Amino acid sequence: MQEIIDQFADTIRAAARESASLLIRSGGTKDFYGNRTANPDGSEGGILNATAYTGIVDYEPTELVVTARAGTRLAELETELRKRGQMLAFEPPHFGPGATLGGCVASGLSGPRRASAGAVRDFVLGVRMLDGRGDDLSFGGQVMKNVAGYDVSRLMTGSMGTLGLLLDVSLKVLPLPAAELTLRLPMNEAEAIDKMNLWAGKPLPVSATCFCDGELIFRLSGAAPAVRAARTIMGGVEIAEGAAFWQSIREQTHSFFQPGKQLWRLSIKSTTPPLSLPGKQLIEWGGALRWLAVDMDADTDAVHTAIRNTAKDAGGHATLFRSDGPCASVFHPLAPALMNINRRLKEKFDPKRIFSPGRMYPEI
Amino acid sequence: MNSLELVTRLRTFLPPEAVLHEKEDLRPYECDGLSAYRQTPMIVALPQTEDEVAQILRICHASKIPVVARGAGTGLSGGALPHAEGVLLSLAKLKRILELDPVARTARVQPGVRNLAISEAAANYGLYYAPDPSSQIACSIGGNVAENSGGVHCLKYGLTVHNILELRVLTIEGELLEIGGGGLDAAGYDLLALMTGSEGMLGIVTEVTVKLTPRPEKAQVVLAAFDDIRKAGDAVANVIAAGIIPAGMEMMDKITTRAVEEYIHAGYNLEAAAILLCESDGATEEVTEEIQRVNEIMKQSGAIEIRTSRDEAERLRFWAGRKAAFPAAGRVSPDYYCMDGTIPRKNLAKVLSGIEALSAEYGLRCMNVFHAGDGNLHPLILYDANRPGELELTEEFGAKILQMCIQAGGTITGEHGVGIEKINQMCSQFKTGELEMFHAVKAAFDPDGLLNPGKAVPTLRRCAEHGAMHVHRGEEKFPELPRF
Repeated sequence: MQEIIDQFADTIRAAARESASLLIRSGGTKDFYGNRTANPDGSEGGILNATAYTGIVDYEPTELVVTARAGTRLAELETELRKRGQMLAFEPPHFGPGATLGGCVASGLSGPRRASAGAVRDFVLGVRMLDGRGDDLSFGGQVMKNVAGYDVSRLMTGSMGTLGLLLDVSLKVLPLPAAELTLRLPMNEAEAIDKMNLWAGKPLPVSATCFCDGELIFRLSGAAPAVRAARTIMGGVEIAEGAAFWQSIREQTHSFFQPGKQLWRLSIKSTTPPLSLPGKQLIEWGGALRWLAVDMDADTDAVHTAIRNTAKDAGGHATLFRSDGPCASVFHPLAPALMNINRRLKEKFDPKRIFSPGRMYPEI
Repeated sequence: MNSLELVTRLRTFLPPEAVLHEKEDLRPYECDGLSAYRQTPMIVALPQTEDEVAQILRICHASKIPVVARGAGTGLSGGALPHAEGVLLSLAKLKRILELDPVARTARVQPGVRNLAISEAAANYGLYYAPDPSSQIACSIGGNVAENSGGVHCLKYGLTVHNILELRVLTIEGELLEIGGGGLDAAGYDLLALMTGSEGMLGIVTEVTVKLTPRPEKAQVVLAAFDDIRKAGDAVANVIAAGIIPAGMEMMDKITTRAVEEYIHAGYNLEAAAILLCESDGATEEVTEEIQRVNEIMKQSGAIEIRTSRDEAERLRFWAGRKAAFPAAGRVSPDYYCMDGTIPRKNLAKVLSGIEALSAEYGLRCMNVFHAGDGNLHPLILYDANRPGELELTEEFGAKILQMCIQAGGTITGEHGVGIEKINQMCSQFKTGELEMFHAVKAAFDPDGLLNPGKAVPTLRRCAEHGAMHVHRGEEKFPELPRF
């Protein structure tokens, strides 16, 4: 494996020498996500294919920690965990069979269980990485509690491959719940938002929520007696295909996510009342995540501005998650002071700006 | 700018009592919870508003004066040790709970608010702030952010980094950063994580929005005694292997058990080599089932005695001993030195027998308390500071324990921070490139290195000069610091 790392480092150093850009890519399942990138001169940059660096390095179920190489297929990793009754509790979306651990951590995306269990970044314990000089660096570790040095591992999470190449990642894992039950309750959007927030304030084993088409669908997870007791309190009609439903939300195969629309992701304060924006909405994460599907012909600057402002007023941010055409401003604009820090961090990790320049913001 | 000029400048916008410079007024600030290290600051500033903090920072930045932030001063690694030529910036007066939103389950508070005060304010709504460091009566939320504090319930409920949503931070230039947000994530790099545990090196936190958690319906604890520490360690692994995430799982060795039993009378088994406390919380039905399973696991793991708390009073009594471990160390010894390594749990027996051997070698007793669920080990080395050379021996003993934690695949600090105390061990845990990156990260926020200089990350020169081990800290005070 060291040979592969050496090759990666050579590729990075060569790119740094020529100030050429490199797109870190494995399965390519998240190609759609982020700004379209290119070299500053307009030519397409090189691709650093990380798929060869694969395999689980260390997995001790009783330590609740797994360490795997970034090229490891997410599906393979989750299968190994399931064999030992464990899981990645943040339920990362794969968006295709080629999805890798590296892409999962770099994109920082989490699935339906996020509001109750936490996000990718909450489970990342340590990383080994190559920075923009090709230097082999390790941060964090394989233990739950670690405050030695700045938390670079979590900084790498969600950085979209703009700070460095992930090599090994250590993650906290959790046991699979003993029992799970998915239920549905018909209600309107405002009632659903109230309900989700009310439930989240009580000791109930709610592990996922979704409001769509006049129904609040929710999942209970945990010890069988706890799930039974909660069901009695909360009501609802059981959905037989509960697992398949959450899979369709996680992987965006649910009919709401039909192609041919612009898909916006608004991450906002959970108690925000229904948003008055054009298009159709689906709510997750107890009200804190609002998906908005907008018709292509309604895609105007005025609509973009309205969406950004609505998200900002609700204490959050909006991302143009999927779009047919190339877009140069997928992510929510940062305040100048924050952009300054983001830009300086980029300079420190990647002084020659080789890693996907512009994929997050033109400045980084 | 000399000290009197600075006092005059600060008093143009701060009341006289908020700027301390007389020797006797500075004395209370000369150390934090790690009293082995002391340094009088040039000036102590006690602002009451964010705007005052920003003005102080702008003045210090313009005149290149170091700034050391301090919350409640309960830190155990000397992170708030003052700088002789710097301003000690106390955030203790920023202590208002600005907003509590029971529906969104958040509290927006100033950095000087005590950890426990948040839970007290939220109690009426059936909510609380989950991270509960042992100093929670006194420690401030700003300090918790600086150290990424944990507590006995963090395996299930997470550390500070998992329980905060938004920060207002002032840079050394006095510029405001609004980090995080009202949602569950934010745009740009994850600066919320980077700030958490950054030990006052990157910016000054002026406001924290924390997540509140619903209080569980019921909590119950199993107290199990083992005649072999290995069996106790296996019991912990067996609980996890059964798919149980306990709300708390704590272990104490024999010397600790005896020291606490003597004055707490928790009813611990004094012949046991190790005592294990395993708590379950949640819905009543869930707790009943889980406690039953934990009982069976303890039995199968070879416990010589198992007791389950029958009511809240008994649950608190079982915990009282564990919570009194530190004061108990203070009772049986004039001084104690608390270490904070984290190890993969499977190496517990190996590390503990290593500590036992070192204890014999140094002729110093050592009590071990262990956050067993997450591998965080707190050896308390008992010593007498009045005996010449004993503190130095203690420090050497402690350094060797940390070295052992690194070798066991762990880390030198789980929750207390590096501060000034463990700065030399950072040279053992990290390679040059990593230390350089830490300095680069700091420079991205604080290019002149004015915030808490000399802490948390050693200079490469320091690592080269001191070597990784056998260092008598304190022989040389801050050799790398520029003088003003």
